[in-house]
Amino acid sequence: MAEAVTFETPPVLCGPTEKEKKYDRQLRLWAASGQAALESANILLVNSGAGTVGIETLKNLVLPGIGNLVIADDAVVSEPDLGVNFFLDESCLGRSRSECCIRLLLELNPEVHGDWYPKNEEKLDLQHVFNSSGPFTLIIYTNPIRQEDLATIEAYAGQYQTPVVCVHSAGFYSYFRFSLHGTFPIVDTHPEVEKTTDLRLLQPWPELSAFAKEMVKEIDTLDDHEHGHLPYVVILLHFLEQWRQSHDGKSPTTPKEKREFGRLVLSGSRTNNPEGGEENFQEAIDAINKNIKQSELEPGLKEVFDHQVSSEVERQSSFWTIARAISLFYQKHGCLPLSGSLPDMKAQSSIYVKLQGLYKEKAREDAREVLDLVRESVGGEHIDPTEVDLFCKNARFVKLINAEPRGSDLGQIFDAQTADDEAAEAMKIETGGAFSLPLSNFFIHLALKATSHNPTATADEIMNTITQLIPQAASHERMGQIAQEVARARGGELHNISALTGGMVAQEVIKIITKQYVPIDDTCIFDGISSRCQRHLIGETPGVRFEDPGLATQELWGLGWTWTLGGYDDTT
Amino acid sequence: MADNHATGRWQYLDHIRRNPGPFNQDSDVSEEALEALGQARILVIGAGGLGCEILKNLALSGFRNIHVIDMDTIDISNLNRQFLFRKDDVGKYKAEVAAAFVEKRVKGVQITPHNCRIQDYDEDFYMQFQIVVCGLDSIEARRWINATLVNMVDMENQDSLKPLIDGGTEGFKGQTRVIFPTLTPCIECQLDLYTPRAAVPLCTLATIPRQPEHCIEWAHIIAWDQEKPFPNLDKDDPEHITWLYQKASARAQEFGITGITYSLTQGVVKNIIPAIASTNAIIAASCCNEALKIATTAAPALGFEESYMMYSGDDGIYTSTFKYDKKPDCAVCGEVAKPLTVDPGMTLRELLDSFAVKPDLQLKKPSIRAEGKTLYMQFPPGIEEQTRPNLGKTLKADLGLDVGHEIAVTDPAFPTLTFRFILKLT
Repeated sequence: MAEAVTFETPPVLCGPTEKEKKYDRQLRLWAASGQAALESANILLVNSGAGTVGIETLKNLVLPGIGNLVIADDAVVSEPDLGVNFFLDESCLGRSRSECCIRLLLELNPEVHGDWYPKNEEKLDLQHVFNSSGPFTLIIYTNPIRQEDLATIEAYAGQYQTPVVCVHSAGFYSYFRFSLHGTFPIVDTHPEVEKTTDLRLLQPWPELSAFAKEMVKEIDTLDDHEHGHLPYVVILLHFLEQWRQSHDGKSPTTPKEKREFGRLVLSGSRTNNPEGGEENFQEAIDAINKNIKQSELEPGLKEVFDHQVSSEVERQSSFWTIARAISLFYQKHGCLPLSGSLPDMKAQSSIYVKLQGLYKEKAREDAREVLDLVRESVGGEHIDPTEVDLFCKNARFVKLINAEPRGSDLGQIFDAQTADDEAAEAMKIETGGAFSLPLSNFFIHLALKATSHNPTATADEIMNTITQLIPQAASHERMGQIAQEVARARGGELHNISALTGGMVAQEVIKIITKQYVPIDDTCIFDGISSRCQRHLIGETPGVRFEDPGLATQELWGLGWTWTLGGYDDTT
Repeated sequence: MADNHATGRWQYLDHIRRNPGPFNQDSDVSEEALEALGQARILVIGAGGLGCEILKNLALSGFRNIHVIDMDTIDISNLNRQFLFRKDDVGKYKAEVAAAFVEKRVKGVQITPHNCRIQDYDEDFYMQFQIVVCGLDSIEARRWINATLVNMVDMENQDSLKPLIDGGTEGFKGQTRVIFPTLTPCIECQLDLYTPRAAVPLCTLATIPRQPEHCIEWAHIIAWDQEKPFPNLDKDDPEHITWLYQKASARAQEFGITGITYSLTQGVVKNIIPAIASTNAIIAASCCNEALKIATTAAPALGFEESYMMYSGDDGIYTSTFKYDKKPDCAVCGEVAKPLTVDPGMTLRELLDSFAVKPDLQLKKPSIRAEGKTLYMQFPPGIEEQTRPNLGKTLKADLGLDVGHEIAVTDPAFPTLTFRFILKLT
């Protein structure tokens, strides 16, 4: 076995830069790579209505140092803005809201750049915004929105595959929904550290087996210090070997066998020492359940392996090329490339470092094999080896967003959610209130959606709109209450709800831009009365549209204005 | 009148406040009730990541008389989220700068800063507020204000009950809690939700380091004390951190350990918790949403049923609200002593050390009495010296402790509290 432990060159002994100091608390979450992605992003906010939720979202992107921001908003600052929007002050009254907001937002971070539209009292023309300030990494728009503006956004996003998020906040309620184009894979998902350990105890490679054998060659004659510092990896490999000899070559699998195996390991622990036991053996016993099991594919990775690459975008993506190579690796070896990390365990320093070296070297070897497979595949010759390394390290926990089929029929979702709520109610009664499940927030989404282009709709108008599409909603008691609650706000935002929603939207935008952690798929609905979020898969709901031809000619937001109520136009 | 409000600055808030909805049909929407919000005094504890957001949110929720306490000054690493501060503010008091900024931006709001520790004020100070909102990063400070507010409750005086709203964040996660002191579970009842971080055994640091963190802790705990390169360790002084970083690097190299960085050194030594603007925005707004609901009855608030909202944003978005039970043996709001099971052969020192890591206790400087007799006192020095020999004695054979004995533990961090136990032996 190679004895040489390679030392990395000692790091340059100097402190962090100004920028590293400023961003220290977030670099600990998404590292320099995530920061670089944020700094090269260009975000568009199409703002309207009470206008706070979008601005609060941007605040949470300016602070961590997003590259560039553009606000498109044709509102002129009026009194009600000052009661809800923190990024405006008295001096802004009567002036362009987009200009005033961007100025006060950029004050928060001199490294962020921004622009606003419309200028010179022109009419807002989104196509002009796209032409002059694009391309955009991501687009945020807030409801209520003009039908024609929405169509412009959707056309642009479809053409350039730009992620879009729709945000709506009114009264105590809010929701936002991400539209990604095609599958959205995430490699660097940051799973909990405890979950990531892969020791390959049931499939040790020759160097690991040899290392363990060598250490326990004369296990009974080891002195107490050496015996008490055998790493638990070595202890478990040793006793697994012993177990298999008396069990037809099979490893322990059932809970009963694992308990027996635990007793076997315990029997090897010395108790005639001053401590009356050995910590490393205890660690070994504690590690049995988590580490002695056949590796099963996590659902996320299984979905990646099962996915049929279909679009041209997918065919050209390095992700899918590497995923295919890893799938081949898995088929061949029955295990994933080793991540290479070794948890801390009681051991002497030099032994631990050697063992850690073995895991790292094996991980490098596996990654090399995957890289070879990548190089053999079409288009694989240009893929960056560091991307392959990152994928191999995180393979077990990769996730695919926007791949699940989503409900396309609101009526079906409505019935399913109603049935779930009835079951939850029944359970609450049955258990005397001891066990209760939260009620569905889906109805909140419906009521808000019914005001997408008509924020001041009355409860009756909201219910009319909904029942045109979902007749059974008419007799749904909670639906009626929620419609009243939405109507109560008359399209007004509560600062707290918009600040909270803006925090959530920013967090998801950061996850999408950095491609780290796991973004939500696809809708989050918040109820500020019961203080709960719920995720729903709602999708594009094809055919669900308000038709309101007169809208474009009307003032978007003003006092005492009314829009003619449109209806859902079910064209499917 | 109604029209004025419909066109005025607070029109959006007024829609909600003047029109009861289906979930708060019995709300009082009289002019007197509406005026009360502007009169209410509300206290914000902490002017950091959560505090800045809380001040903004309360000012835009119609609160007009706000006080804020924070003893800290602004550091450059605050600027990625504490949005009321600029680079030129580094070194100034957080409470002062934050209060001035929000007062300037939102017309008509009055914010009084207090650049001091919460412990510098007594009950008379806290009695003037109607609601307390906490945005703290310290468990100890939370426990202190919780104990103070529970102690202040006088059943004869309704105004003595101050709802406490507490927020906390870590990375993409956070929580909001609402406490009605003495009526609903308090922070001490829920203390075991924070498990103290297990310390690495000293012998690992001293003889068999394996991780970069072990080398850093060695430099921090052992090398610093031996070499005393500066009179006192200041964890915010880059020169001090650099010294630790170099020591740790040298030790790591000696043992073949890799992965020491300046950032890791600082993280371990200061126990840095990652913090971002968006999570603070979520939790602070959730706290203020509850404050507004409590102050106005515009909608039902957390508290008497579900009182705890937890937010997790690492993997999608997940929130859960739950009901926590009040503990009858809670040292702050409970009535009875807790059972404490110990090994009779344990020394008093071992027992006291175990109090630091027990999730429901977490006491760093405990003093102990049993059956009315003082066994060990941290202060004053004279008594400490007199009682010190007891530390090495075993509980049963030497000190005569037995089943059913009542033990009382105190700690200078919580001067009003006595943690009472009934002894059980293993």
